[in-house]
Amino acid sequence: MIRSHVLVCGGTGCTSSGSPKIQAAFQSEIEKLGLAEEVKVVQTGCFGLCALGPVVIVYPDGTFYSNVTVDDVAEIASEHLLKGRIVERLVYNDTGAAEAKEGAEEAHASLNDTTFYKAQHRLALRNCGVINPENIEEYIAMDGYAALGKVLTEMTPDDVIQTILDSGLRGRGGAGFPTGMKWKFASGNRGNVQKYVCCNADEGDPGAFMDRSILEGDPHALIEAMAIAGYAIGANQGYVYVRAEYPIAVNRLQIAIDQAKEYGLLGKDIFGSGFDFDLGIRLGAGAFVCGEETALMTSIEGKRGEPRPRPPFPAVKGLFERPTVLNNVETYANIPQIILHGADWFASMGTEKSKGTKVFALGGKIKNTGLVEVPMGTTLRQIIEEIGGGIPNGKKFKAAQTGGPSGGCIPAHLIDTPIDYDNLLEIGSMMGSGGLIVMDEDNCMVDIARFFLDFTVDESCGKCTPCRVGTKRLLEILDKIISGNGELEDLDRLEELSNYIKSASLCGLGQTAPNPVLSTLRYFRDEYVAHIVDKKCPAGVCKKLVRFSIDADKCIGCGMCAKQCPASAIARTDYVAPGHKLASFAIDSKKCVKCGACLPTCKFKAISKQ
Amino acid sequence: MKSLAELAAIREKMKDKIVLREGGENTRIVVGMATCGIAAGARPVLNAFVEGVDREDLNGKVVVSQTGCIGLCQYEPIVEICEPGKEKVTYVKMTVEKAEKVLKEHIKGGKIVEEYTITSAQKA
Repeated sequence: MIRSHVLVCGGTGCTSSGSPKIQAAFQSEIEKLGLAEEVKVVQTGCFGLCALGPVVIVYPDGTFYSNVTVDDVAEIASEHLLKGRIVERLVYNDTGAAEAKEGAEEAHASLNDTTFYKAQHRLALRNCGVINPENIEEYIAMDGYAALGKVLTEMTPDDVIQTILDSGLRGRGGAGFPTGMKWKFASGNRGNVQKYVCCNADEGDPGAFMDRSILEGDPHALIEAMAIAGYAIGANQGYVYVRAEYPIAVNRLQIAIDQAKEYGLLGKDIFGSGFDFDLGIRLGAGAFVCGEETALMTSIEGKRGEPRPRPPFPAVKGLFERPTVLNNVETYANIPQIILHGADWFASMGTEKSKGTKVFALGGKIKNTGLVEVPMGTTLRQIIEEIGGGIPNGKKFKAAQTGGPSGGCIPAHLIDTPIDYDNLLEIGSMMGSGGLIVMDEDNCMVDIARFFLDFTVDESCGKCTPCRVGTKRLLEILDKIISGNGELEDLDRLEELSNYIKSASLCGLGQTAPNPVLSTLRYFRDEYVAHIVDKKCPAGVCKKLVRFSIDADKCIGCGMCAKQCPASAIARTDYVAPGHKLASFAIDSKKCVKCGACLPTCKFKAISKQ
Repeated sequence: MKSLAELAAIREKMKDKIVLREGGENTRIVVGMATCGIAAGARPVLNAFVEGVDREDLNGKVVVSQTGCIGLCQYEPIVEICEPGKEKVTYVKMTVEKAEKVLKEHIKGGKIVEEYTITSAQKA
């Protein structure tokens, strides 16, 4: 009889920091201790706290171990699993949980008490880190496939669409189009036309990994939701388009599809209802443009992944020119919950026009890097300061970037804005797929804009001129500014060109590509001006504008900096400062590569960076 | 899958197996499992509780867990019963037979087995 479960995270983050070895070590230690009949080791999906991986949770106590290494396994097994003594030094330490449990008898933090999890509301991620994604029965135990059963036996396809409409669910892939409307548009002429249900799992935004985590942690939720969508619009074939760079996700999804077929939850006559549904995986080769819906479907058709003009919209003419519903992974992950608990339940969460929850991938200058899910309308401050644990090293929050290369920046003075689709658009950003990159005072906003633009220039498919040529020109202007050759007129040129690209590009990639430039111009124009007029980078990031110099009167002539300099740019001068014995050093700015390696070597603070 | 009943059967069968992973307001049976506890025979006691909980169909309502040494080594094996909203009850010098009785009378019946508690042991 099993009395304890050891959950080892098998998400991509923890896998790359060694969780498979930890899982194997637990298995062998447990056998060595003769506990194989009592303790079960389970591989799960992502828990969300990726910065602290590999993570391990021991139930029934819910003890949360972080940064576990293979060497720690024997100790956890013999101390905790055999003797019941929690290995305190490995327990995730969290000030919030420590306060909460004061006075309580347990001296350790249980997972749900940590501030990281307490403020979250996990809906799309509800099974991630709880069930074994490679075991369909664990998903069924968490009410899995009950929504599909309910739909097929109790609801008409129109009931299903009405429920999704009433719930107010909007697409989680970025644009926020009402999901129910999409389904309704594709629902005409059921039974007479071949139709398709597709899933966009081509998560391309730098820093976003919520779709990957759902595929890895709860793949059956996606399968169930796609079958429900198939029933609603009258399609019996589905495709999941997932990027080949997600090997663990692809593997688990394939296992899940095979299991669903074996259990008769995919295939012919599901639940004896006469409804047939089959699902296949199509791999993308990692082109960012294939996250755009028309390009994605073109790619599934086996052609070069390029977008085409809309209309016709996919609901009318989509994959293979047939009516198609295309939703994002996170959108689908909400569907079974909405069917089971009802539209009102879902609509009770969130803001007036954005219902439910949203998953964010927290990254950048933040303590708790990882995946968080919060109700719509949560403020940026709550996400960053409470759940994210704030900015490390006591630095000051400067801005957050949402929506990746298509989005924009939210400056510090808007940190109390409740996050939903409409608010973000209003302040010049967008929800995007949910990447949230936090920036502190050491980030240069011009450099950030340049980073995202560099990405879109690379990823522009080249089909339409505004995007292909326009983004390239934008990048050139930015390069000019960060190298100290900018003119004030360049700012007007940036704005003018950005607006042309937005209005004239063929697809979402080009239409949103100038957003990082426009939003940084809007909120951080002074930084652009500093680069152009003062020829300075206030954050000290843009190398061509940074100057390192040595204060000859402070320099004692020890030569530590010169030893460290990789470019031999530091040499002794003839000048001996009053009161010093040795001649001082100076930096030759022509040879200096601005690496900053000299800075920490000087104990006398004689080197400065401007 | 031809029917909802089939799905429900799998769900029921599996639910007991993963209910461990849900926190919440459960009755907790905590067995002292430090070196002293194990030496005094805590393992069979722990197993008796685990098996008993399963046999009596108490999965999801009662959680069997372990703890370290609480400093009363002469009374080991020690078992604590923590019920939501109630005082903790500490049983001492437990055996498999005593465990069965505690399970039946205290956990199921709601009546504390006074003779095994630490208070009676200290009086004697």
